[in-house]
Amino acid sequence: MAPLIEVSGLRFRYEDGAVALAGVDFHLDAGETVALFGANGSGKTTFVLHLNGLLAGSGSVRVGGREVTGNNLAEIRRLVGLVFQDPDEQLFMPTVIEDVAFGPLNLGLEPAEAVERSRDALEQVGMIDVAGRAPYHLSAGEKRRVAIAGVLAMRPEILVLDEPTTWLDPPGRRHLLELLLRLPQAKIVVTHDTRFARAIATRAVFFERGRIIAEGGVDDLAARFRW
Amino acid sequence: MHYLNLEDWTRRSSPVHAREARVKLAALMVFLIAVGSAGRLPWPVAIALALLLLAGLVAARLPVAGVLLRAGAVLPFGLTLAVVTALAGDLGRGASLLTKSYLSAVAVVLLTATTTLPEILRALESFRAPRLLLLVVQFLYRYLLVLAGQATRMRMAAECRGGRGRRWRFQAAAGSLAVLFGSSRRRADGIYRAMLARGFDGRWPALAPKPFRAADAWFLLIAAGAPLAIRLSPDLPHLGAAWLR
Repeated sequence: MAPLIEVSGLRFRYEDGAVALAGVDFHLDAGETVALFGANGSGKTTFVLHLNGLLAGSGSVRVGGREVTGNNLAEIRRLVGLVFQDPDEQLFMPTVIEDVAFGPLNLGLEPAEAVERSRDALEQVGMIDVAGRAPYHLSAGEKRRVAIAGVLAMRPEILVLDEPTTWLDPPGRRHLLELLLRLPQAKIVVTHDTRFARAIATRAVFFERGRIIAEGGVDDLAARFRW
Repeated sequence: MHYLNLEDWTRRSSPVHAREARVKLAALMVFLIAVGSAGRLPWPVAIALALLLLAGLVAARLPVAGVLLRAGAVLPFGLTLAVVTALAGDLGRGASLLTKSYLSAVAVVLLTATTTLPEILRALESFRAPRLLLLVVQFLYRYLLVLAGQATRMRMAAECRGGRGRRWRFQAAAGSLAVLFGSSRRRADGIYRAMLARGFDGRWPALAPKPFRAADAWFLLIAAGAPLAIRLSPDLPHLGAAWLR
């Protein structure tokens, strides 16, 4: 079976000339959860932004067998749900339900169907009770779960989470872990949290200076790079 | 953390909140034209328009003092114009200018306090407002919140390190303006990316567009007809003058 995501020779340079990705090869198979390790600035976030078509470098990025191009971004963004590190950047509508419905409405669904999907997604993450509340009144953990619901409502086949445990207290972290383990999608998790990665990931890769320099089990890589 | 909230009032429930955004926008336009087209607003007409707005605020179950205070944001500009006009020798026109600008501001606050931004933007879109203008409004509004949040965080961080007092605040604010805009820009970029990631294509989707009902037609008739009738009523100034005597 073809990988869900297949990246080869991906290179990217920011406008100021800084090289962020210097030839990345990567694949993600169905049912897998891959942890991305690496120091700050090693290219992890830049890499995941390519998976959703938010950045476009040279090389090849294929999602669900399709090359990511400017012409199929809507479909790519439906397939790859990207949960950002800072939920405050992701939640911008007046109420939780409107925010979760933002993606489905952009997909062209009718409002009634978008609401139904949004309520399903909020049920899935255990946040249906806050559907009518303003996002900025929620705790960090609640915001994170609502942000995930916003992505789940688009029914993605792949979930990409950028440092999902940032700002979470231990119960929040535990709830997030339980939630992610329940979700059937293949996942890519950018994280510095090895305990979290150990609990969720089936495989890990290590980024350094815009390249993947090692791949293996979470324990192996954590020990090898003293992570 | 709660930085700035412009939308608490729009989440309330009232007969005015329930009305379709297009009729409220149309009524506002008529009100603004009625006020703006009067060269000098006679006091009885001004009082009648103010009472009409007050009725709207009560029907919308909004805090009257809060709305009047928020509309006061227009006073520095209106006051400047009024003073310049008064200095030019026309005190009556100056007072009229100030009154007209304040009444218009209250009417705008009444609309924005009873209608969410996505609803207003969709109404403007259906009135064929330029897409570019609507996009600018969307992002201006969103980034205003970002800027306010960033400013609050920076002020708290500074106060945690002992910065207090008006003079200090002024100096710190001037010094940190560049930092504020720099960090807000980064944050705004992040928000825009997050919107793109969920399929944003420049159109702001509304979850539950309200259907046009008979009540909307009645509302439009009353809310647009009343200011027009007040403005065009030739006897109202004379009646008011007689009453004042």
